[in-house]
Amino acid sequence: MITAVIGQPLSRIDGRQKVTGGATYAAEFDVPNVAHGSIVRSTIANGRIASIDSAAAEKAPGVIAVLTYRNAPRLAYRKHHGTTDPSVGERLHVLQDDRVNHQGDPIALVVAETLEQASYAATLVRVTYAPESGATNISRVKLVLPTQDQTDQGSTPPPDRPRGDPKGALARAAVKVDNTYVIPRENHNPIELHATIAAWDGDRLTLWDKTQWVDGAADEIAAVFGIPPENIRVISPFVGGAFGSGLRAWSHVTLGALGARVTGRPVKIMLSRRAMYYGTGYRPDTIQRVALGASREGHLNAIVHDAYHETSTYEEYTEALLAATRFLYSCPNVYTRDRLARLNVHTPTWMRAPGEASGVFALECAMDELAVALNMDPIELRLRNEPEQDEFKKLPFSSRSTKECYRIGAERFGWSRRNPEPRSMRDGRLLIGWGMAAATYPMNFAPASAVARLLPDGTAEVASASSDIGTGTWTSMTQVAAEALGLPIERVKFTLGDTRLPKTPPEGGSMTMASVGSAVQAACRKAREEALARGGANDLQEAMRRIGQPVEASVDSKPGDESQRFSMHAFGAVFVEVAVDPDLGETRVRRMVGAYGAGRIINPKTSRSQCIGGMIGGIGMALMEHCGRPTQWARHQRQSCRIRGAGARRCSAGHGLDFRRGARSAREPAWGEGPRRAPHRGRRSGDQQRRLPRDRQAHPRITCHAG
Amino acid sequence: MPGSIPDASAQTSGAAPAPLDIVLRVNGTEHRISVDPRTTLLDALREHLHLTGSKKGCGLGQCGACTVLMDGRRVNSCLSLAALVEGREITTIEGLARGEQLHALQAAFIERDAFQCGYCTPGQIISGVACIKEGHAGSPQEIREWMSGNLCRCGAYDNIVAAIQDTAQATTGSAQGG
Repeated sequence: MITAVIGQPLSRIDGRQKVTGGATYAAEFDVPNVAHGSIVRSTIANGRIASIDSAAAEKAPGVIAVLTYRNAPRLAYRKHHGTTDPSVGERLHVLQDDRVNHQGDPIALVVAETLEQASYAATLVRVTYAPESGATNISRVKLVLPTQDQTDQGSTPPPDRPRGDPKGALARAAVKVDNTYVIPRENHNPIELHATIAAWDGDRLTLWDKTQWVDGAADEIAAVFGIPPENIRVISPFVGGAFGSGLRAWSHVTLGALGARVTGRPVKIMLSRRAMYYGTGYRPDTIQRVALGASREGHLNAIVHDAYHETSTYEEYTEALLAATRFLYSCPNVYTRDRLARLNVHTPTWMRAPGEASGVFALECAMDELAVALNMDPIELRLRNEPEQDEFKKLPFSSRSTKECYRIGAERFGWSRRNPEPRSMRDGRLLIGWGMAAATYPMNFAPASAVARLLPDGTAEVASASSDIGTGTWTSMTQVAAEALGLPIERVKFTLGDTRLPKTPPEGGSMTMASVGSAVQAACRKAREEALARGGANDLQEAMRRIGQPVEASVDSKPGDESQRFSMHAFGAVFVEVAVDPDLGETRVRRMVGAYGAGRIINPKTSRSQCIGGMIGGIGMALMEHCGRPTQWARHQRQSCRIRGAGARRCSAGHGLDFRRGARSAREPAWGEGPRRAPHRGRRSGDQQRRLPRDRQAHPRITCHAG
Repeated sequence: MPGSIPDASAQTSGAAPAPLDIVLRVNGTEHRISVDPRTTLLDALREHLHLTGSKKGCGLGQCGACTVLMDGRRVNSCLSLAALVEGREITTIEGLARGEQLHALQAAFIERDAFQCGYCTPGQIISGVACIKEGHAGSPQEIREWMSGNLCRCGAYDNIVAAIQDTAQATTGSAQGG
């Protein structure tokens, strides 16, 4: 009998490829006769192209084609909204007209024999504009409610409908806190640049693309070009990080396919780091007012969570910003509202723990401030407001591990030694702060398919179109398959990242194991049962030897009615020690403990890496990352796109990616826009705002307890 | 003020430069290639020699994903012009293992799960090999300092430091625990 492989801390199956340079990422496929594409982008945020002169670029050595809106073929752009696209609005159409929608909007594509020739010729394209006034400042536009609220997978009532009487309850509350929390725009910045190689064969297209969803990319590009999705094959075995930026097929994928079609050559486009700020999404600028009202005993009786965030003029991006506020604590009177600021920027998108990470940040800061106002331990305050059920959906939780996470995290951290008095803990001249917060993320589950093929030699091939963006899908799916088949793991080969394989949902929203894992498990069980029955043996190897030919089983798995019966979420608690220099304000994260209740852990080793990666991402989001606001000097700053912060040095366990100089131009004012005015009247005055600080140093030691 | 932003900045202007015939010594093998004078060592490796283990993460010398050894010293190959490194001994991630036998640091990276997506990994490993050779792997703090030119967006730093420390202790016995 095979010992259980699920739950084993196995090293990554793709580890050897990754440490030897043998893992092939999108731009690295050796496609014969490939030409190189370089994208030219607008320098205004709103307006029209007045003139575009590509003559010099066309004459440059090695140039095969220069495409602009004047000569590019008209594309079908069939209506298509994949599950990762905003459901309201219309995606950017590239090179279809003279319209400029945002800073960095693609306005030309140069295709040349070599990368150097394409890059150089792109500098020769001359453009003048008829600029129009535009809005790039979130504080200066009228806020609007989303056309159709999508913040909770479509199951939400209108976004401004209250539960109970929050206003009245807040007014009557014995203790209240009321603050505004500002999160600046944050970019995904995976280390791998977005890249695509496009090759046509007649009316069939192959894309080697950096994507979190091969099926979604095929559907989108099929709609853009007006061809059947079956005509498109997307290959993406390795993804060098994406964090959400690979969930949509952005305009550079279209441009790659367009360039390839016009030139009759395979075309490779790899974005520059600068271009990663212009068209692959970001976590939006988000401003949230959270008011809490409580009794003196610390029982919440009012929550008001009123937020707004940026989106583009052409799409309404909304995320689950307020979802956790509606169920994390017991409270009879809750008001949540999320509004949009439509700016001349490109559309934001899902970024690691999209919505929840931003919303829980504000809610949990407010809970801490309430704990101070009540003179109560922050864990005790949370325990006093533990709900019996999800009070929004009025459903029981499938599991709720908050209390256990608080207990285990507090023990590991040494929370009992905390002095709650502000400024009471010191290390020499440094102020020491100990804090904690709850974490939560929904259990998402989407339809997925898988195939399992048993071979006469007693090995198995299992496949599903999923991705492995570093999450460990390759390894964990192999574990699921091996256990379901009852085979040793080295006899099971799992394949992913290709539209020729059974369909899966996007690798995002932490849904892959629940969705794809269920399909893999079911396909493997089915194949095993079939083989045992046909072979007339109790031993699979013996059965397969007798059958003498492959046995294959495919399964389309889909969720049952769990989500109608339960409110399903993972929970966690994170504890942090920071040291703050009282004179300089320099902040260092010295240690961090996370405790997570994330369901059944398939591989503790890769799961631990995921948890720690998320915690480090949180440090970066909280202390170091910021995509700059528009300033008068933004245009010049753009010239020096450099990574601020550091990696291992300043942030021993954290990272320090901060490409904000380059990013700043993305929020650059349109021509003619004046200096910033006073903050929008919907915002609180400055002294009541809590901004995520930046330029702080982090130096944490991080531990994580997942279970 | 130019009216457009090209995705990559060209490195020269004016007339077309004539291609240069050069010899690159990579992982002990000589490669004769004809390159544009503007071609970086990174692009020569990736686009001409199809040695794609060295990664492009920024092209600006900021992320360290392109790190290679040049005559034993670590350099950002995206900031080196191919034509200027003729005669140098270049080692990339592809040249680290001895056949099937992984370099100790490669094995330690797998054991410690010192990566997730794997894209920064070749640069981290090459840089880590040099870090140990330089004698800069004496403590976790020292490793962090001397590995600070290599970024990891997945946040595997703790495990990277542990893998380098394991290897340094095994190979030199000089590293201090901590």
